[in-house]
Amino acid sequence: MNKTSFLGKSLVAGLMAASLPLMAGQAQASDYTIDTDGQHAFIQFKISHLGYSYVLGQFKEFSGDFSYDQGKPEDAKVSVEVDVDSLDSAHAERDKHIKSADFLDVSQYPTATFTSTGFESTGDGSGKLKGDLTLHGQTQPVTLDVDHIGGGEDPWGGYRQGFEGTTTLKLADYGIDTSKLGPNAATVDLYLVIEGIRQ
Amino acid sequence: MWRNSRRGWGWPVIVMHWLSALAIVGLFALGWWMTSLGYYDAWYQLGPWWHRSVGVILLVLTLARLAWRWSQTTPQAHGTRNEQRAALVGHVLLYVLMLVVMISGYLISTADGRDIKVFDLFEVPAVISGLKGQASLAGEVHWYAACVLIILSLGHAAAAFKHHLLDGQDTLRRMIRPLR
Repeated sequence: MNKTSFLGKSLVAGLMAASLPLMAGQAQASDYTIDTDGQHAFIQFKISHLGYSYVLGQFKEFSGDFSYDQGKPEDAKVSVEVDVDSLDSAHAERDKHIKSADFLDVSQYPTATFTSTGFESTGDGSGKLKGDLTLHGQTQPVTLDVDHIGGGEDPWGGYRQGFEGTTTLKLADYGIDTSKLGPNAATVDLYLVIEGIRQ
Repeated sequence: MWRNSRRGWGWPVIVMHWLSALAIVGLFALGWWMTSLGYYDAWYQLGPWWHRSVGVILLVLTLARLAWRWSQTTPQAHGTRNEQRAALVGHVLLYVLMLVVMISGYLISTADGRDIKVFDLFEVPAVISGLKGQASLAGEVHWYAACVLIILSLGHAAAAFKHHLLDGQDTLRRMIRPLR
């Protein structure tokens, strides 16, 4: 019993020693998976209603991961895949209409994806995340204003990083015609809170 | 005059039949029209309000109609053996489609747990809600089943005229007033 545990310990120590120079040699970017199990991540949207108010909603199902090194944020990489059918604006008849061929055409374009192409740090953990967004079958470059909210060990033995981001999409860029909803509905604001667990 | 006989239908059956026919054709036309409306159209909210309200009333009427029908004798069917068989299948299908269309419509409006307001008189609570894609899927079923229902109704009407005009039977007349 003792022998095995001693052997085990030295094996771990040996492996750690061997990998130390390797880890020191490269940027310590870690890979994170967006916490969708505990759902500590949100993709919300806001669009004008008649110019008098807003309709708010969210996409309930998505997945993604990112790699991040606090020392070198410009190397950050993010990819997210959204199940467009999971759109929820708290009114089923409206959701049905938004998801129909009139707007998002979910049966034809069930997923939206975002893949980052670069990150421009503006200091203080903030920056501009550039990437390609595919929505309604059309891909356009987008820039998200991103803030690093915080990161560190969680109380359950994991390690997390959290960010929030905002961007505004012009829906016509994605072939989504909202002209019948009035001039104020031409754009939609997105607000994302993304918490990742280090893998 | 109230009860069916072997010769013909009683008043309740006749009245419920024509009310249903009116409601079904009206709901189909309204549903088709209202889904083509633009957001700024005055009927954009009112159309669905009428559609849902009349739909729920029709569902209640249809359940009452079925219950009444099962408590009554059925008049002798007209035509050949095969025509009678086809008529039976057709009538069962009409009832099934009516129920499918109305239940799927109910499932659209209640998909998020919301009640259906019927003419601002009373509310029908949601029983099944929150299934994945419920409103969209129920919407597909609602539309296609309604189309089949309307096509089948046209066949139903054509068959009645065929009995009346070609076969000289009182099929059509006995759906207008009770025959003894």
